[in-house]
Amino acid sequence: MPVAFSDAVLLLADPPGLLPARQQMAVSLGFHIILACFGVAFPTIIYVVHRRGIVRDDQVALGLAKRWAKVSAVLFAIGAVSGTVLSFEMGLLWPGLMGRFGDVLGLPFAFEGLSFFVEAIFLGIYLYGWGRMPPRLHLAMLIPMGVSGVVGTFCVVSVNAWMNNPAGFSIRDGEVTDVNPWRAMFNDGVWLQFLHMWVAAFMVVGLVVSGVYAAGLLRGRNDAHHRLGFTVPFVFASVAAIAQPLIGHVLGMRIHDSQPAKLAAFELAETTEGPAPFRLGGVLIDGEVHGALEIPRLGSIIARNSFDAPVPGLDTVPRQDWPPVNITHLSFQSMVVIGTALAAGVLLYWLLRWRGRDLLDNRWFLRFAVAAGPLAILAVEFGWTATEVGRQPWTVWHILRTADAATTMAGLWWSYSAVLIIYVGMTVGAWIVLRSMARRWRAGEADLPSPYGPPREDSVT
Amino acid sequence: MTLATAVAMAMFLGVVIYALFAGADFGSGFYDLTAGFDSRGSDLRTLVDTSIGPVWEANHVWLIYILVIWWTGFPSAFAAATTTLFIPLSLALAGIVLRGASFAFRKYSETFAQARLFGAIFASSSVITPFFLGTAAGAIASGRVPAEGYGDPMGSWINPTSLVGGCLAVATCIFLAGVFLTADADRAGEVGLASRLRTRTLAVGVVAGGVVFAGLYPVWHDAPTLSHGLRTAAAALLVVAAVAGLATLVLVYRRRFGVARVAAVAAVAAVVTGWGVGQYPWMLVDQLTINDAAGADATLVGLLIVVALAGVVVLPPLVYLFRLTQQWTRT
Repeated sequence: MPVAFSDAVLLLADPPGLLPARQQMAVSLGFHIILACFGVAFPTIIYVVHRRGIVRDDQVALGLAKRWAKVSAVLFAIGAVSGTVLSFEMGLLWPGLMGRFGDVLGLPFAFEGLSFFVEAIFLGIYLYGWGRMPPRLHLAMLIPMGVSGVVGTFCVVSVNAWMNNPAGFSIRDGEVTDVNPWRAMFNDGVWLQFLHMWVAAFMVVGLVVSGVYAAGLLRGRNDAHHRLGFTVPFVFASVAAIAQPLIGHVLGMRIHDSQPAKLAAFELAETTEGPAPFRLGGVLIDGEVHGALEIPRLGSIIARNSFDAPVPGLDTVPRQDWPPVNITHLSFQSMVVIGTALAAGVLLYWLLRWRGRDLLDNRWFLRFAVAAGPLAILAVEFGWTATEVGRQPWTVWHILRTADAATTMAGLWWSYSAVLIIYVGMTVGAWIVLRSMARRWRAGEADLPSPYGPPREDSVT
Repeated sequence: MTLATAVAMAMFLGVVIYALFAGADFGSGFYDLTAGFDSRGSDLRTLVDTSIGPVWEANHVWLIYILVIWWTGFPSAFAAATTTLFIPLSLALAGIVLRGASFAFRKYSETFAQARLFGAIFASSSVITPFFLGTAAGAIASGRVPAEGYGDPMGSWINPTSLVGGCLAVATCIFLAGVFLTADADRAGEVGLASRLRTRTLAVGVVAGGVVFAGLYPVWHDAPTLSHGLRTAAAALLVVAAVAGLATLVLVYRRRFGVARVAAVAAVAAVVTGWGVGQYPWMLVDQLTINDAAGADATLVGLLIVVALAGVVVLPPLVYLFRLTQQWTRT
């Protein structure tokens, strides 16, 4: 039977709500993840400039900390909303998952809620604290925020890692029994996946924020404010960008053991080969790979850390258990390519700087730095697409199919459309507001209001 | 008391807190909406901004707390509710999103036109959200959420008890917000604003009280299990609600705004708790008891640990934040 035909059959067999449910979840997660990155990494970066401002009595650094705090409040506000959406969607879209496995996977969410609460409260205290608390104590309010970012990332990623590496329960006669939520939370996949995401958050925030100041430098605003605003986040991003390929590599090697079908899709491996080549680009059409650039042996090296170990192919996986191969493959490689380019870019910057040359005077480097932020966001989106689509057709690996997890409600296209419209609106709104804040700051307005912050001095009566 | 009951109580505590905090928060949207055009309403809108500014987002966390405990502790009941109440929950969610985002955007708006647009979205979605949450509560309380899920997608939340629930949620939100805003305006020394708000709050209070007790009549016929509970176990709480509600009105009338807040909180807390006690021991009335809906014991223990941790880690800084912001906005 030709593959194209069986694809159509599979599609027809899917419940009508499956595709819109997946799309809606993808849009809301893809949106939220960017804001979540800021919640996780921004407090730590702000801490560094704020501390510098206090210790060295550096007004430029203090000014940056103040502005970043207000930006993070806007992003946090939107993130809180989009996070609330996600917690509803867990039930609205995936009742088959939550109804059956809620007590297995739910506990990390409870801890995540806790850490989110802590972060929200301390953000409020921090925003109110400017000029009203002893400086050192005020600075210290960022620490719980940073810590809860780490805990929150761990918890959320833990649930996803559990979906990839189910643990902490057994199934007898179709019933979920022997539930141990702690084992589910600390499953085998959690530490590496957590590390991967946590470091990614620093890449995103570091590169986006430094990119904003690189844009200012490109426009000739070459002052201490812009140089410091570029450098501090860029240092964070550099460490993250250089560490990330290594973490990703170790994580990728685990997939060979835990999810061979996903690895086969990542590598576009139709048949099992050893040594396996690395296929750059390309698509699988009717069981044949088209348009890929093959590099011999590199596939084995990347996936297995060996020159000739075989990479399992899709031929080892029953046809109905294949993930959508092309999306998985192309997203995975886009992530890898972008990640590698970013690592190379930051490496070049520091190498030349070590040799006494500062690329901040180079317009091409500044253009790269501006592009690096959106690229890092893209890499995160591609990475999540690769791991989520690569897990299909399973929601819980080899336990629960996505078709059985999704709601059978009719009319999901309506709710998906509404989500799309609202999220586009929120993105536009956030963009307008952030741009207008930047404009007002440049125009010399110092005291902008913020969602959690105190009222503006002139509006207090 | 079983483990499941303890977790259910912890969850319901979240419901009560959410009703109080988010209630005051949502209700302020009503005053924002009806503040009058442009400059006439600006003093009231500024007050709304100042009053809910420091706490408004923390309120979402209570909702998330409820949802997380629900799906972790009582997964099948959660799935039954989300599949049956897809429409009202989605609409409430849309309200929450529009409200949260536009409140943040309004605060930063550069021009008046921008602020007006975001303000209108904020205010109208503030009123819509509690209504739909109330209808969802009414569906559960009147036994319209079947244990296996996928109940009637429309009839489950368009019925007498749900409509009472929706109106009751809106009314109590507006009532609470009125009392709090009046007290804030009074404390800030805005005499004119405070007296305008006082008049409105008194009117709203009478209406809200009317809704609560007039609403009992349709509920009596429509939700027999709940009304039996309300007549017996929860009767004392309804009396407390009535007394505290009346006391609030008297206190607001006599301009004792600070104390009135306490009475208003007591009244609303009594109404909400009355619902909870009234439907005990059901998680989904007539369908699934708390004990039958409960997930694995190990998970319930884990949840209680989280709740205890929250008491230690979250409450002290939260109280600190409230105290600081109250002091700071005053000076």
